[in-house]
Amino acid sequence: MVEASATALDGPQGPKPRKVFSRRNIFLYGTLFVIAIYYALPLYVMIVTSLKGMPEIRLGNIFAPPVEVTFEPWVKAWSQACTGLTCNGLSTGFWNSVQITIPSVILSIIIASVNGYALANWKFKGSDVFFTILIFGAFIPYQVMLYPIVILLREIGLYGSLSGLVLVHTIFGMPILTLLFRNYFTSLPEELFKAARVDGAKFWGIYFRIMVPMSLPIFTVAVILQVTGIWNDFLFGVVYSGPESYPMTVSLNNIVNSSQGVKEYNVNMAATILTGLVPLTIYFVSGRMFVRGIAAGAVKG
Amino acid sequence: MASTRPSQLFRNKTAKIAAIPMIVTALFVFVGGTVWTVVYSFTKSGLLPRLKWVGLDQYERLWATRKWLIAIENLAIYGICMLVLVFVIGFILAALIDQKIRFENTIRTIILYPFALSFVITGLVWQWMLNPEFGVQNIVREWGWESFTFNPLYNADIAIYGVLIAGLWQASGLVMVLMLAGLRGIDQDVWKAARVDGIPTWKTYIRIVIPMMRPVFITALVIVVTGIVKIYDLIVAQTGGGPGISTEVPAKYVYDMMFKASNLGQGFAASTMMLLTVLLVVIPWAILEFGDSKKHG
Repeated sequence: MVEASATALDGPQGPKPRKVFSRRNIFLYGTLFVIAIYYALPLYVMIVTSLKGMPEIRLGNIFAPPVEVTFEPWVKAWSQACTGLTCNGLSTGFWNSVQITIPSVILSIIIASVNGYALANWKFKGSDVFFTILIFGAFIPYQVMLYPIVILLREIGLYGSLSGLVLVHTIFGMPILTLLFRNYFTSLPEELFKAARVDGAKFWGIYFRIMVPMSLPIFTVAVILQVTGIWNDFLFGVVYSGPESYPMTVSLNNIVNSSQGVKEYNVNMAATILTGLVPLTIYFVSGRMFVRGIAAGAVKG
Repeated sequence: MASTRPSQLFRNKTAKIAAIPMIVTALFVFVGGTVWTVVYSFTKSGLLPRLKWVGLDQYERLWATRKWLIAIENLAIYGICMLVLVFVIGFILAALIDQKIRFENTIRTIILYPFALSFVITGLVWQWMLNPEFGVQNIVREWGWESFTFNPLYNADIAIYGVLIAGLWQASGLVMVLMLAGLRGIDQDVWKAARVDGIPTWKTYIRIVIPMMRPVFITALVIVVTGIVKIYDLIVAQTGGGPGISTEVPAKYVYDMMFKASNLGQGFAASTMMLLTVLLVVIPWAILEFGDSKKHG
């Protein structure tokens, strides 16, 4: 595009053919290559460090590939690494996170899709007011609502339990998911809805037989958004769970930042990758869907 | 349609019942919880919340606490640097990727993957990368520059910039994606017209394209700012607020006061200040964005 300003209007049509090794291309791809290296480097360092033994880490530099590959740090991170009193590794945290994430994702998506459907197709007096409040809720710093929810969970006896965390994630997932579903349902052709009404279909009939089957892509986006969001959560985990119900991110932080003992950097890095494995897998597999989830959070309502 | 029908109170009964979770969350958790915290920030709550009014005492104490002042200063430094850099980097990355390059997907995937990770992971990786004994500093010294010093996480004066590096690594991909979507939304005729007029590329970006992308910038701004105010996990994982209290942030102050120091009143006052900060950004935005757009609401 740099040299294109010289192109005459009445010249040959179509983009100007470019040489592969033009100065522009070398500069462009060179820059992009350096950028890509920079962004990829931490992941590379994590993997490489986790495969080395401690003596090798102390001698070599963090970018060097392992001379002797060992999977011992991974085993240790999974089942033996210590957090203060217990030495169960990350496995407990992993299973806690699984038990938190699966019900939270299902519950929050069911609730938000029905909410979004009601907001898009069955508007009632005041529905937009509640929706606006809900969206504002997405911007309120969680710190403001931390303690009232502690009281709420204590009252219903869920404080410190996995179910308590599921409830919290369902609540805080609601704004963005409701927005996502509302916008999607609004974009569906209205004739479908009207025709179904004429045929006598009711609220749930239209939801299950028309809306849900037509909205599988948006359900996928919602699942991606929620699984990564809930898996990566740290604040709610640390506030609303106890040592038995710590999610994986909290266990990870406790393992790595526990002050006692010699720092085992290889175990720490193995633990870090293990914790990132679920969101990374989702990210690399889902590709464009993931980006769409981000964009959905960014669209105006 | 549905909303204009007569006797809608009964007509829409199922929809109303179905919307109960949303109504309860909006009213009781979001509004109720926020009001509750603000109200209790004027009380002398310690280990447990109690309604013993002390007026603005908690706020006076808050603004006289060194840890809070450092937290605010850090948030300001981190916030301003983050805002400027994340937009500059995000936009440049998007502009580079928008040059009809090959391997676009690969490069986008590499730049965006940090965003899929937890802040805890980001914090821990960069704690390791910036470790003076083994990390970047050590590498540069091994290359022969013996006196090279770069250990932000162990130097209280610059520790917050160590966090900034990690934060940028994680967030710039997000801004890049938003900006790229904005750039792709620009009519190609704009570029053609600029070319015909002989306007240089960089000038076209600054004078024509960026102003046209205003909505994208505003959306990204709101997302980035609310993210900055909430910053917590990254600090806990990467520095734990240290060395000393040099990387404390407001969100961490709130947590420490509420759940470690049993000083709920301070926690409530601090979180109310955080709320005010966010409202200062979100309310003008909401008025601009939604105030006059009832027509497609």
